[in-house]
Amino acid sequence: MKAIVVEDIVKKYRVGKAEVSALEGISFSVDHGEIFGIIGPDGAGKTSLFRILTTVLLADSGFASVDGFDVVKDYKKIRNQVGYMPGRFSLYPDLTVQENLEFFAAIFNTTIKENYDLVKEIYSQIEPFKNRRAGQLSGGMKQKLALSCALIHKPSVLFLDEPTTGVDAVSRKEFWEMLHRLKVQGITILVSTAYMDEATLCDRVGLIQKGVLLSVNTPKRVISEFKDALWAIRAKEMYPLMEAIKADPSVLSCYPFGQYHHVTFHNKAESKAQLERIIKNGNYTDVEIFPIQANIEDCFMALMKE
Amino acid sequence: MRTLKFLLRKELLQIFRDPAIFRILFIMPMVQLLILPLAADYEIKNINLGVVDHDHSTYSRKMIDKITSSGYFRLRDYSATYTQALHAIEQDKTDLILEIPSQFERNLVKESESDLLISVNAINGVKAGLGAAYLQGIIHDYNQEIRMEWIQNLRFNPLPIIDVTSTNWYNPNMNYRVFMVPGILVMLVTMIGSSFASNNIVREKEMGTIEQINVSPIKKTQFIIGKLVPFWILAITVLTLGLILARLVYGIIPLGHYSTIYFFASIYLVAILGLGLLLSTYAQTQQQSMLVSFFVTMIFNLLSGLYTPIESMPQWAQVITWFNPVSYFIQVMRMVMLKGSSLADIEHHILAMLGFAIFFNGWAILNYRKRSG
Repeated sequence: MKAIVVEDIVKKYRVGKAEVSALEGISFSVDHGEIFGIIGPDGAGKTSLFRILTTVLLADSGFASVDGFDVVKDYKKIRNQVGYMPGRFSLYPDLTVQENLEFFAAIFNTTIKENYDLVKEIYSQIEPFKNRRAGQLSGGMKQKLALSCALIHKPSVLFLDEPTTGVDAVSRKEFWEMLHRLKVQGITILVSTAYMDEATLCDRVGLIQKGVLLSVNTPKRVISEFKDALWAIRAKEMYPLMEAIKADPSVLSCYPFGQYHHVTFHNKAESKAQLERIIKNGNYTDVEIFPIQANIEDCFMALMKE
Repeated sequence: MRTLKFLLRKELLQIFRDPAIFRILFIMPMVQLLILPLAADYEIKNINLGVVDHDHSTYSRKMIDKITSSGYFRLRDYSATYTQALHAIEQDKTDLILEIPSQFERNLVKESESDLLISVNAINGVKAGLGAAYLQGIIHDYNQEIRMEWIQNLRFNPLPIIDVTSTNWYNPNMNYRVFMVPGILVMLVTMIGSSFASNNIVREKEMGTIEQINVSPIKKTQFIIGKLVPFWILAITVLTLGLILARLVYGIIPLGHYSTIYFFASIYLVAILGLGLLLSTYAQTQQQSMLVSFFVTMIFNLLSGLYTPIESMPQWAQVITWFNPVSYFIQVMRMVMLKGSSLADIEHHILAMLGFAIFFNGWAILNYRKRSG
């Protein structure tokens, strides 16, 4: 039995008279003890999917189950054993850290003591501030508290909706380390993010765009499926260079990536020659060109373009 | 049960942690209770009188003396012509004109009959109506006095006269405060109960905390009771403070039992809080819930019989008051405070209130959805 099964879920919202489609027939499944990443830009339908799986939103059609329970019929059972961390910080800002945790333990009919082992590692980091009000915590600490609250009733499946949005790089790294330790304890984790670099930290990822699931695979397979020849190029005049490359008809794609532009061409074999031709036509200094291995972001960019 | 205990604890912690809310909750109604009853005084004094005396006789002067010495009127204008007197009304110097025709005394003596003209500025209807009535009353008295002077040597009165003496039951001195303060207290408790409770749930919606609650196994009823009880306690506390204030400041001591008031208030508050919760299940933002509860309590208060007697409202408005919980509580308050009514006397009110409580709360629970479509 799979931990999460999603079959052909469709969800539309009514905005005035127009109908906006949030999810257009999504299907995938998640194994027990797996970290499954839903990667996609803002507005792709990630949150709608999470709300359907956590039984607070009804889908228009399709079937979904969590831990073998139907999200429509057995919603009560699901609510007892999943942890949900909404994208927006939604603990009580006027209650202290400890009061928040106690409260969420109580509404799930448990106590902090009972499941302290599970949250110990995370909670111990914010325990020195346990008498501080949750609203006054820093972003990273809020995130840790929210995760503690989502974990306090020992859920079998954990839903994390964009847990690292707006959190600094160090806290993000820490957060993912925590998720990996939770995975070891057998908790299934469905996590969504808009940061593509986080995709490599998942066991499997699903790329979602405009309510459509583009590909479901392990991060390695996603990368290995990238077939184009990818070139990195750099010059002192980065912006005019990009303009020139994008304007060239032989170019398939060009994205700025840190210090380099990543470029692919319609005709793989002549890539280098094409690039050199573009540079000759312009006035660029300190030009550097070399072929590179695609990373996961390149793959998603390519997938989204298709 | 344990879950409920924690829900209540959390709610109370939140309320007591916000000092501003706490102050608003207790100080504001107290200040209102101290100010409003003084302002809501129906007794009209200091009516500005303008006199046009064409007669300049003993009788006319005597009558004017009698009017001004009554305490209700102030002689502000003494004009030669009616046009001038009207001008004074236009300038808002006077509220009333009393015109005494020439030959007033002569006609009265010779023909036993004379006319007077009273013109009233009716912009303020209450003042105009009461002013004219007072003036007529005084003139009537004066008329009697003159008759007595003429016919005092007769043994029997040739004209039969009905002499009316009235007693004011339940409020012998016609003290309007005894009448207004309990009503205003009801209004304040209602405002706190309905708008405060509805805002609270909507706040959870706005903060997104309700999302976490919805994903938890908490039952709808538990959640709603968890919201009801803390505000019920708060409103009862405000009521208690108000009753203490009424006793200490206005010297209002109920003829009936405090327990009767509390018994009714506890059912009443369940109904009013239920209404607040119902509003909150529809509102998405605190502005929406504020405006709607403002609208509802405004109608409830104005149609409650607090300011104007229900019996003098048009029939359709009277029908609305049957569905207005506030009017029931105001009636009960006045009955217990002034008449000393007991539980048996307000049986009908209690049943109606139970109906309101079940209706509003039932609707609120039905309409509160943990999941959306």
